[in-house]
Amino acid sequence: MEPTEAELIAAVLKGDTAKFEPLVEKYSPRVFATARRYARRESEVEDIAQEVWTKAFQKLASFRGEAPFEHWLMRLTVRTCYDFLRVHQRNREKNFSELTDAEDDWLERCVRQPESVETDAEAARQLVNHVLEQLSPAARMVITLLEIEDKSVKEIAEITGWSVPLVKVRAFRARAEMRKLLTKIAKDKYL
Amino acid sequence: MNVVDLEKKLIQVARQDKPSNNVPYAFEKRIMTFLRPLPTPDCWGLWAGALWRAAVPCLLLMMVLTVWSVVPSSNSSYSTNVPQEMDNTVLAAIDQVAEQPE
Repeated sequence: MEPTEAELIAAVLKGDTAKFEPLVEKYSPRVFATARRYARRESEVEDIAQEVWTKAFQKLASFRGEAPFEHWLMRLTVRTCYDFLRVHQRNREKNFSELTDAEDDWLERCVRQPESVETDAEAARQLVNHVLEQLSPAARMVITLLEIEDKSVKEIAEITGWSVPLVKVRAFRARAEMRKLLTKIAKDKYL
Repeated sequence: MNVVDLEKKLIQVARQDKPSNNVPYAFEKRIMTFLRPLPTPDCWGLWAGALWRAAVPCLLLMMVLTVWSVVPSSNSSYSTNVPQEMDNTVLAAIDQVAEQPE
């Protein structure tokens, strides 16, 4: 019979480090999927995942077992991703003049015939990444959690450790930031 | 251009673009290697090991010194009458003064 998560965690806390491996194996797919929302390069994704598991190991004693381990780990993952965004903030690109032809083309079709434009095109995905990379770390985090992952304000507050009013304020600012960015694209391209 | 529509469209694209949950090969092994604490040095063990390693050379040295001190050298030029030699050496100057003619 396989040991439960609680048993594994208890064993790790008693010093049996090897019992941590099944947890890493089980939850790494979720950690990687979350990290890929915020980092594009695979080397960066791996760095984030490694940091998440290092922190999880070091802070395991603070896991009280009231909520599932997965929730605790996801909170840690999202906060690590936020730290990553803040550290790499300076590397953000500054303008939209370097959009590829495919992205330009998709944008133009989106403007002319928004109903007919396909949303699963590679160019569309690249454009979204381009836009998200221009946002501030807090704005990107809120847009990702609220609009893309469809989480509630309360859930975001729990995950990020921000208060509910702060999440609301940041969500408002994030939407404004994104619209400002899209307006800039429109001006650059069509005016 | 309607910015709100564009925003909705981009959010729709982002929602459809589910990130891959692939994990690099043997990632968990790498993490475990990284997390495994370095073995703490066992001071008493190191000390005992050093003593055992030193035991054989010490025994050999002891045996050599024992043999050297027990077996008398065959071609030794030193006298075995050490007190007499000592007296001769110390009183040599006095003997020389006494023997000098006045």
